Amino acid sequence: MTTVRMRPIMTRVAAKTGEPAQETAVDYAIEARSLRAYYGENLALKDVTLPMRRNYVTAIIGPSGCGKSTLVRCLNRMHELVPGARIEGKVLFGGADINAAGVDPVELRSRIGMVFQKPNPFPKSIYANVAFGLKINGHKGNMAEAVERSLRQAALWDEVKDRLNSPALSLSGGQQQRLCIARAIAIEPEVVLMDEPCSALDPIATMAIEDLIRRLKERYSIVIVTHNMQQAARVSDETAFLMVDQDRAGYLVEFDATERIFTNPSHEQTEAYITGRFS
Amino acid sequence: MGIVAVLLIEAIPFFGDVSVISFLTGTKWAPLFADKSFGALPLLSATALIAGMALAVAFPLGLLTAIYLSEYAPDVVRSTVKPALEVLAGIPTVVYGFFAISFISPNIVRPLFDSETIFTALAASLAMGIMLIPMVVSLSEDAMRSVPSALREGAYALGANRFQVSVRVVVPAALSGIVAAGLLALARAVGETMIVTIAAGGVPNLSANPLEAMQAMTAYIMEVAMGDTPRGTVEYRSIFAIGMLLFVFTLGLNLVARGFIAKFREVYE
Repeated sequence: MTTVRMRPIMTRVAAKTGEPAQETAVDYAIEARSLRAYYGENLALKDVTLPMRRNYVTAIIGPSGCGKSTLVRCLNRMHELVPGARIEGKVLFGGADINAAGVDPVELRSRIGMVFQKPNPFPKSIYANVAFGLKINGHKGNMAEAVERSLRQAALWDEVKDRLNSPALSLSGGQQQRLCIARAIAIEPEVVLMDEPCSALDPIATMAIEDLIRRLKERYSIVIVTHNMQQAARVSDETAFLMVDQDRAGYLVEFDATERIFTNPSHEQTEAYITGRFS
Repeated sequence: MGIVAVLLIEAIPFFGDVSVISFLTGTKWAPLFADKSFGALPLLSATALIAGMALAVAFPLGLLTAIYLSEYAPDVVRSTVKPALEVLAGIPTVVYGFFAISFISPNIVRPLFDSETIFTALAASLAMGIMLIPMVVSLSEDAMRSVPSALREGAYALGANRFQVSVRVVVPAALSGIVAAGLLALARAVGETMIVTIAAGGVPNLSANPLEAMQAMTAYIMEVAMGDTPRGTVEYRSIFAIGMLLFVFTLGLNLVARGFIAKFREVYE
C-alpha cells in the first residue's frame, strides 16, 4: 500500500550540523537557516536549518506542539501577523533573505502560496475564490482561462465547471480544500506551503489531495506539514522530523530522504516516533 | 401587541373621518387650523429626509471607524475607543437636540449655507447622524470581528495587503451584519423624537430643501400630545394614525433588515 516514490538523491544534505551543503548542483526553493521563532518571550522553534529543494515535496512531521506549523508560517512571513511574534535567523528564498529590509511581505506571499489546516474558502462564489488572488495581484489577461487552468490543476474543474457561480461554501470539505489549493496556485507561486491540509478531511478526500500533491510538484515546490506519517511517506521526497524539548521549544531532529527516514533513520528518537512508540 | 391594539383603537375612527387615500397622498398637513387638512406627506417626507440624511452622515463614518477599529487599530486603541463610543451612545437625545440648535445650526449650517432660521432639517439630521455613529460602529465592528481569522489569513497568504483584506474579504463577509446595522440605525432615526422636535422647526412643510424648517412624524405626535387637544377629536386621533404610519414604517425597515440578515448571513463553524 505504501509506495515511496523517490527521485534519485544527487547530494546528501547535511542538515544536522547547521551549515547547508555547498554543492551548487542542488537547487533550493527555500531554506531556513538557524531559524528561531518566538511568541512573545516563548521560544517555539529552536535553530532549525532546513533546505527545501525545488520541485520536491518536503514533509515536516513531528508530535503536536513541536512547531511544525510555526516553521512553515515563518517561510512566508505569516508568523509575524501574530501579535508579539518574531524570528531570529534567516529564511532564504531564491538565495535572498525574506526578512531583509526592503522585502515586502505582501509581495513575498504572492510568490509563496499557502494552504491551511481547515479549508477556508471566502464566502464568495467558486469563481471569485480562484480569481481573488489574480485580481489583487493585478492579473492581466484572460481571467476565465486562468481560473479554469487553476481548477484543472487542482483536479476540481470537472466537478465544478457547471456551477462556477455557486457559493464556495456549498462544496464538500474535500472540494473546498482543493478549491483553496486552486486559489493558491492561481497566482503561480514558486512554493506552496501546506499546513496539515488533510487533517479535516475524510480518507477519500485525503487520497484525492495526495494525488494532487504528487502531480503539483512538477510545477511547484511543496512543503507539507503533516501529522500523519503514512501521508509523509506517500507523498514526500524528503522528510524533516521535529521534536519538542522540555522547554516546549521545537527543534529539528533529523532531515533526510523520506525513504531513509522511514526505513533506516539515523536517530533513535526518529525511529521511536516512526514506529509509534510515542506520538 | 397591546400597543398595536391601542394604536388601532384610536386610528380606526380617524380613518372614518379622513379617508386613507387623502391621508397618505395629501400634501397639506393642517390639523389645528379652522380649515382642517390631514395629508400626511409633509410629515412623512420630513421624517424620511431627516432620517435619510442622518444615515448618510452616520453610515459612512461609522463604517470607516468600524473598519479601523476591527482591522487596523492596536488592541490598546480598540479597548479604549469602543467603551468610549458606547458611553456616547448613552447621551440623552435631548442633549443632541440642544447641541443641534446651539452649536450645529449657528456654527456650521448658517455660515456654510446661509440659512434664514436656526431650525433646519439639516441641523437636526447632523445631530442625529452624530447620535447614530456609535450604534453603527458598534454593530458593524461586532459583525467584522466575528469574521473568522482564517479568512483573513487566507487572503494574506494570497498576497493581499491589509486594505484589500479589509475591503475585499472582511467587509463582504460581514455584509449582512453591516447592512443590518445601517437599517437598525435608520429605524432608530425614524423613531427619534427629541432631536427633531427641538431642532427641526415643527412646521409641516413638504419640501426637499434641508435648509427649511420641517416637522417629522414623531415631532407632530409630541406637539399634540403636549398640547390641549381634547380626547376623542379628530386632531387627537390623528396622532394615533401618524403613530400607526410610523409603526408600519419602522416595522417594514426591521423586516427588511431581518430578511437581509437571513439571506446574506454566512454561517461559520
